[in-house]
Amino acid sequence: MKADPHMHNSIYTRFLVARLFVVLALVLAAGAAFAQGSLKSEVPTIDIKNGTATATPIVVVPFHFEGATLPPETDVADVIANDMNRCGQFRALPKSDIVESPTRGSEIKYATWNMLKQAYILVGREIENPNGDIRVEFELFDVAKQQPLLGSGLAISGQRTGMRDVAHQIADIVYEKITGVRGAFWTRVAYITSTGVGNSIQYSLMVADSDGFNPQTVVKSREPLMSPAWSPDSRRIAYVSWERGNSSIYVQEIATGSREVVSASKGINSAPSFSPDGSKLALTLSYGGNPDIYIMDLAGRSKTQVTKHFAIDTEPTWMADGQSLIFTSDRSGKPQLYQAPIGGGDATRVTFSGEYNADPSISWDGKRIAMVQGSGNVYRIAVLDRATGESKAISPGNLDEHPSFAPNGSMILYAATEGSRGVLYAVSADGRVRQRLVLADGDVREPAWSPYRQRGQ
Amino acid sequence: MKLPIRVLLTAVAASSMLVACTGKKVKPDQTTTDSGGGTTTQGSTSGKKYTPGDLDTDSCLRQRVVYFDFDRSEIRPEFQAAVACHADYLRQYPSARVTLEGNADERGTREYNTALGERRGNAVSSAVGAAGASSSQLNVVSYGEERPVCKEHGEGCWQKNRRVEIVYTSKQ
Repeated sequence: MKADPHMHNSIYTRFLVARLFVVLALVLAAGAAFAQGSLKSEVPTIDIKNGTATATPIVVVPFHFEGATLPPETDVADVIANDMNRCGQFRALPKSDIVESPTRGSEIKYATWNMLKQAYILVGREIENPNGDIRVEFELFDVAKQQPLLGSGLAISGQRTGMRDVAHQIADIVYEKITGVRGAFWTRVAYITSTGVGNSIQYSLMVADSDGFNPQTVVKSREPLMSPAWSPDSRRIAYVSWERGNSSIYVQEIATGSREVVSASKGINSAPSFSPDGSKLALTLSYGGNPDIYIMDLAGRSKTQVTKHFAIDTEPTWMADGQSLIFTSDRSGKPQLYQAPIGGGDATRVTFSGEYNADPSISWDGKRIAMVQGSGNVYRIAVLDRATGESKAISPGNLDEHPSFAPNGSMILYAATEGSRGVLYAVSADGRVRQRLVLADGDVREPAWSPYRQRGQ
Repeated sequence: MKLPIRVLLTAVAASSMLVACTGKKVKPDQTTTDSGGGTTTQGSTSGKKYTPGDLDTDSCLRQRVVYFDFDRSEIRPEFQAAVACHADYLRQYPSARVTLEGNADERGTREYNTALGERRGNAVSSAVGAAGASSSQLNVVSYGEERPVCKEHGEGCWQKNRRVEIVYTSKQ
């Protein structure tokens, strides 16, 4: 077969143009980072720990910018490729191995990608709108079948500065098309940081994209902050703060910063968790003498007691149907997980293997529970399969804590201790792929994965 | 109900010691005599008439931290003397106030440790209260594992973090 010199030349020219823009974009990104020192220090390091041979290979070809001005700083294809990698189910072809740069379906030479053993190929274009926004068009193809899975006409628009959001939304659509499960890349994570020591210690409640980018401070305090919990519409966060002296529970609107104290009773006020409909908060209060679990109606602030036991009962987490809670109790001697109906009534024990099981996070379908499993001085994240009763450790650390399921159950965020600092990891739910999110300096902990986002948030 | 019983026993031990000491109050010179409580150590000055300045100079009152075993909230014998002399001071100065700050080491989950820190604070509060302080003088705050005094990952550091700090918010 003879190569068409014209075709080749045209692709090569386009390739060069694309390369030039990539270089420009990198220079711009570097310049921007240099100009804003704080931004530079807060860009997380993404560090994939283990690949997996069974992951599905996909190539995300760098998107072609079509506009009169400069391309956006964000490399959209790069963000999508990172998303695909970190979920553990895909393996994106490294950029250096992407030998051709088709920008639409008609330009794809399937033989090339077949030879590189790719299962799927994603191509796209970034078109500048007259108002400066960028419209990203994308197409997904099955390489073996040489057929479109997501055809032309699909596009997501966003502001220049919001291209990471656009990229995560495209990744979600691609993920869902191939796996049949809704993607959860376009979500956020809340977490707590502490910097400094002694009297100069500063605690912050932060919110960032689920890959650790775009960190924003929600609240800062000289006193400890703890236990961030998302409302189901992901507009509010409940948390524990000691800024009034004793622990109190606050609910804060993320966009406006307005907040209110919802619980400041005698004793501990901790472990807030929003009900699936957002109208109630499960929490741990000890004003009755020792820590028990209560449910507060947020509108009227009335409380009902769920557990009444001399043991420590804490860390309530709602089942998706809103009818029962999974929580930690040491009523058998050591902390274990229990389940209780919200209307009161007997609690039933959920965990039986392992001497220490605590701090549950429940998958959306209620079939799996991620928890902290302790043995001696080693604490790791384990996932309990409720059907079989078997649990499996999915983290390798010594002091791992606070698991939080992605809203689609595909990944789990948790905190680990490395030397004198805490760092966050995102791990595929099967434990095979881990990504470390290194966020600025200091101690980072208590990640809470947000629910799905709605457009306009 | 094992825990409340243990706390109660601790409180009973502390209060019986106080009863013995109170009897000697008319003879302040004999402060160094063992009060017979069995758990009293040389550091105890129970029965002594205190001044607020003693909080900075008296060897017993200067002891403001009670340490605990892992995942436990019973007061160890070596801290009974400190519990007794702080109770004595609070009884002598009814306007004095303390906050008992409960803390835990980093092992285990943060919410559980917040509850554990409160258990420890309550154990000290019950003992000091049973030994003569008024409950209105005692405030318990648990910081869980959020306020460590050291951050190394080993027993040498952990044992320093499993503590209740006795903080005077008003000295007289």
